[in-house]
Amino acid sequence: MSAPLLWIAIPFLVGVSILFFLRERFSAFIGGSVAAILALIALIFPIDEALLLGSISLKISPSIQFFGRSFEFSAADGALLAIIYGLAALWFFGTEASGTANRFVSLGLMIVSLLTASIAVEPFLFAALLIEIAAMLVIPLLVPPYQKPGRGVVRFLIYQTFAMPFILFSGWMLAGVEASPGDLGTTTQAGTMLGLGFAFLFAVFPLYNWIPMLMDEASPYVAGFLLWALPTFTVIFALGFLDRYVWLRTSPQLSNAIQFAGVFMVASGGVFASLQRHIGRMMGYSAIAETGLLIIIMGLPSSEIVNLTFLLLIPRGLVLAVWALALSILKRNAYSLLFNEVQGLARSFPAAVTALLLAQLSMAGFPLLAGFPARLAVWQELAGQSLTMTLWVFIGMLGLLAAAIRSLAVFVMADEEKKWRVNESWVQVTMLGLGVIGLFILGMFPQILQPFLADLPSLFNRIGQ
Amino acid sequence: MAADIISWLAVGLMLATSTTMLISRDWRVSLGSLAAQYISVFWLASRHLPFVMGSVKLIAGWMVVAALGMTRLGLTNLEEEEDTFWPRGRWFRVILTFMVLLVTAGSTPRIEAAIPGLGLPVIAGGLLLIGAGVVHLGVTSNLLRVTLGLLTMLAGFEIIYAAVESSILVTGFLAIANLGLGMVGSYLLAAGSTPIENGEEL
Repeated sequence: MSAPLLWIAIPFLVGVSILFFLRERFSAFIGGSVAAILALIALIFPIDEALLLGSISLKISPSIQFFGRSFEFSAADGALLAIIYGLAALWFFGTEASGTANRFVSLGLMIVSLLTASIAVEPFLFAALLIEIAAMLVIPLLVPPYQKPGRGVVRFLIYQTFAMPFILFSGWMLAGVEASPGDLGTTTQAGTMLGLGFAFLFAVFPLYNWIPMLMDEASPYVAGFLLWALPTFTVIFALGFLDRYVWLRTSPQLSNAIQFAGVFMVASGGVFASLQRHIGRMMGYSAIAETGLLIIIMGLPSSEIVNLTFLLLIPRGLVLAVWALALSILKRNAYSLLFNEVQGLARSFPAAVTALLLAQLSMAGFPLLAGFPARLAVWQELAGQSLTMTLWVFIGMLGLLAAAIRSLAVFVMADEEKKWRVNESWVQVTMLGLGVIGLFILGMFPQILQPFLADLPSLFNRIGQ
Repeated sequence: MAADIISWLAVGLMLATSTTMLISRDWRVSLGSLAAQYISVFWLASRHLPFVMGSVKLIAGWMVVAALGMTRLGLTNLEEEEDTFWPRGRWFRVILTFMVLLVTAGSTPRIEAAIPGLGLPVIAGGLLLIGAGVVHLGVTSNLLRVTLGLLTMLAGFEIIYAAVESSILVTGFLAIANLGLGMVGSYLLAAGSTPIENGEEL
């Protein structure tokens, strides 16, 4: 068995099978189980190493040829695959509790497998095509057949489609830069094209306007999945560029541009989140602020870029899953996520409201929660470089905290006579409870991520140098 | 020499089809123009790609046109949305196309000088379609027209990219991306006309 077949073809085919042959009630269990098994295999079986089980020797070969190009995983990819499919399993199991559409698990598996293929494809810049195809598969999830598409989804499609040509063409130009590094004109053109491509993919200011629109229009659970999946793989793709092209890391102008874009996203995301009167849009702006943090990390002149990135990415998956699940539970009952509709819901949906607030606080970097260790590490690195940037990041985080406090105030604003009642189902309470426990564990014992983080820097050897 | 003449004719056809798509209000005319545009795309892409790989672009493009056409045909109660921004109107769009033409004419020789070997018609055709696609996206919020704009922009990019990358995998992925855009466009056009089913999420 080859690794690309196992982690790309199989989940894709399972996704197709679920879509066409499986009934909705089993899809969450089957999809979640498949993702969890793939995560466990990635954790237990090393790629390209023979493993003896009694008299049977098992070996997962690292690559496969496909139309003249190869898809390959290295041994170091095991931890990354375990993280990806582990978090995907969390999202798929959560569909049962969130009551999202039957297509979520099937299309979700296809999306994750395509995005995983984007990590494996060689030359790696072809990943832009796979990300574009994955983005298209998200559309049927965002717009149910009975709902008229809004402006957010159209903008999302346009921006993702714009990103691909820029990145593909910049990849071709970068090869020219490598051949003649002294050619300043080509270098500037390639850098600009690459920057524009990633600006569309990361939804850098002002290209993030589709995110709050989507949070208004689409199911929060699907939008949350999108906000987890696409930036995660885009970050890995961007790290590939930084690893491959030395001048991208060493150019001070480019580093400044990357950091400026990141700081702007954190500050604007935080401030806009604090001004919202819609708890879904708050999540959108918080995700924007966190993507800004990821961009800041990529611009840091540090050897810890990879560690910091994954220290932020892993809790992000959990936080967004918990937040999106809580939002979808509230939306099913309140029908709208505007403040005046969700006011006082803490007494009727205490589990969902608690989970939502803890996820929101975690995103703001509140101590003891999953987002705190990563933010502390980022601040430490950033403070050593620029106090001005640190201040702006602090303002952004303060905005997220203000948003969380406003949400808390609205949720508890109920009549004195209103009785406390748990209206969530036991599945919902269990899923939310597990998620909240995860938030505290990652916040209080971040060292449990160490086994995953240990191997990841070897994926991007040159960045750490 | 004959191939060069045909290539310039293909560029001329692209100018005609992209202008028609931008100006015409009738979706049948727009889709017909898109279908004709893919013939030019096929020809210019085939200047650098083998015939079979070039024909993939033509077939994929026509499949997209067929998918969009069949979907639009099934939507009887869909009204053309009136643009809500100013300036608007036919002449405004013609002026925009003229501006794209000017930018294309100005930048084609410079790109040819920077990247020799692409060929002037290939660069001109690619830039023209990219510009026309972007302009199209800038002046409409109609779903069919947004899809047409994206397909036009992508077709322009494909013409230029075919000159620098001839991988079968990339050609295949680009064909899938085109088909995907067509399918997504069709889905979005049809969305909202299907009644709500039990068990769907809110």
